[in-house]
Amino acid sequence: MKNLELQKRANDVRKGIVTAVHGAKAGHPGGSLSAADIFTFLYFEEMNIDPQNPDMEERDRFVLSKGHTAPGLYSALAYRGYFPVEDLPTLRHLGSYLQGHPCIHIPGVDMSSGSLGQGISAAVGMALGAKMENRDFRVYTLLGDGEIEEGQVWEAAMFAGFRKLDNLCVMVDNNNLQIDGPIDQVCSPYPIDKKFEAFNFHVINADAHDFDAIRAAFKEARETKGMPTCIVFHSLKGKGVSFMENSVDWHGKAPNDEEYAVAMADLDKIEKELEKAGEQ
Amino acid sequence: MAENTVKKIATRESYGNSLKELAEEFPNLVVLDADLAAATKTGIFRKAYPDRHIDCGIAEENMMGVAAGLSLVGKIPFVSSFAMFAAGRAFEQVRNSIGYPHLNVKIGATHAGITVGEDGATHQCNEDIALMRTIPGMVVMCPSDDVEARAAVRAALEYEGPVYIRFGRAAVPVINDHPGYHFEIGKGTVVREGKDVTIVATGICVDSALGAAKMLEEEGISAEVVNICTIKPLDEEIILNSAKKTGKVVTVEEHSVIGGLGSAVCDCLCAHYPVPVKKVGMQDVFGESGSAAALVEKYGLDAKGVYKSVKEFL
Repeated sequence: MKNLELQKRANDVRKGIVTAVHGAKAGHPGGSLSAADIFTFLYFEEMNIDPQNPDMEERDRFVLSKGHTAPGLYSALAYRGYFPVEDLPTLRHLGSYLQGHPCIHIPGVDMSSGSLGQGISAAVGMALGAKMENRDFRVYTLLGDGEIEEGQVWEAAMFAGFRKLDNLCVMVDNNNLQIDGPIDQVCSPYPIDKKFEAFNFHVINADAHDFDAIRAAFKEARETKGMPTCIVFHSLKGKGVSFMENSVDWHGKAPNDEEYAVAMADLDKIEKELEKAGEQ
Repeated sequence: MAENTVKKIATRESYGNSLKELAEEFPNLVVLDADLAAATKTGIFRKAYPDRHIDCGIAEENMMGVAAGLSLVGKIPFVSSFAMFAAGRAFEQVRNSIGYPHLNVKIGATHAGITVGEDGATHQCNEDIALMRTIPGMVVMCPSDDVEARAAVRAALEYEGPVYIRFGRAAVPVINDHPGYHFEIGKGTVVREGKDVTIVATGICVDSALGAAKMLEEEGISAEVVNICTIKPLDEEIILNSAKKTGKVVTVEEHSVIGGLGSAVCDCLCAHYPVPVKKVGMQDVFGESGSAAALVEKYGLDAKGVYKSVKEFL
């Protein structure tokens, strides 16, 4: 898929995020928006998947370790055809299958997650299982930069590095903000790249909003043998919605009706720009 | 039979042996440990099937997640550590990464209860049954001897879903080695019939209950002993039938009286057939260092202790 096409999809995914969180009157837009391009690339380009057959045996797996950004995952899944986009506003509603955090019973969701630090371990187990049975699928997991303050992340990293799980791609959405403030002021996990290197990962730093960079990073990860890869994605929290960008206030808050209108207008504007770019 | 001629084996040993014996029959079985393979006895399995034994190092939280991931690609993981670390330290991982998605992961937790002995209170887990039975969909078993431990491991492998099995460190008498022995998840067994009082016991305390019943018999008290291996789902029928017959129930477990077998039995009786109950177990206290035998005696979990508790109750 061409970059322009991916950008359009990512913008749709962002609209879905804002719409879902607005419908829920709760949820986590900031970290969903910062990872929207990553979700888009994974589901529209990178992973071997089939929305018509979500449980396909040899599919690539994805575990959203930073499970609170479920709106981002759900929106990508919906736009990729796993379930109707119209269901997104039912997020977090009683009776909806779109639970506040990823639940394994949702089409396309490979593992329940959301209690931070746990998703990466499940991804490591999947990658190990693939190795034990000589199966070719790859396993992807996305962590938050605040999330890696959890000790379990480093237990998992130690294990994955030691076991040389080169079918595992760990991604860190490094938007530099967690609930209580900038991560380097709360309990800094920096330097993130050096830490994963020390745990025997091949580490790539990449711009989370540049599809050339994203594509190159995943290619390099796929071609890396003998060790797992960690891509540290440098991202902008709230990306695409003017008043949410780089604002810690929008980590876990839903826009009201007025704010929702502004957010959608921001994204409509981006959509028009992308359409215009396509005509040129 | 004289004490020294009774065959004794620790249920952790039964666990390691049965993993090895069932490996061929269950080719998807893999065993995970956290640097305790010699103690949990999964080393027995490792020696025979090194490629199917995964040592996760001293990192139980990650180990539970790895097991979850393995189960999602078709493996049947048996995860091992001491009860303190499997159920205690990694509780939330068991709840969220195994229980909530209802994965086919089996947890073999050894060194449960005070019979860990000399290591003392930090390693004596008297809370694991309570913790595990609060997780929706989790099967919780506590075998009484070698025969039952082996049967429980097989049953766990045949069952689809999360299972917690509690094993002990100390060698305990084999009490179920008789023709006609049958094991089923969720089914208790009346191991001795009686009419004056019901003693419901689990794990190594079943032997103590049988010993107590013999002592009571000498005084003309007829005690019925019910062995509950599966604490969840509980065999309510067997407990209610016995309670209706005797009208008095004593529960015995090598576990806190809060949240374990005693609580489960009380939940059942309160709802369906209230009778007086006495709960024998760890009375909301931590254990301490000492030999397993000395500790069991001090905390009233041996035959004499159970006998005394029943006498005081009647």
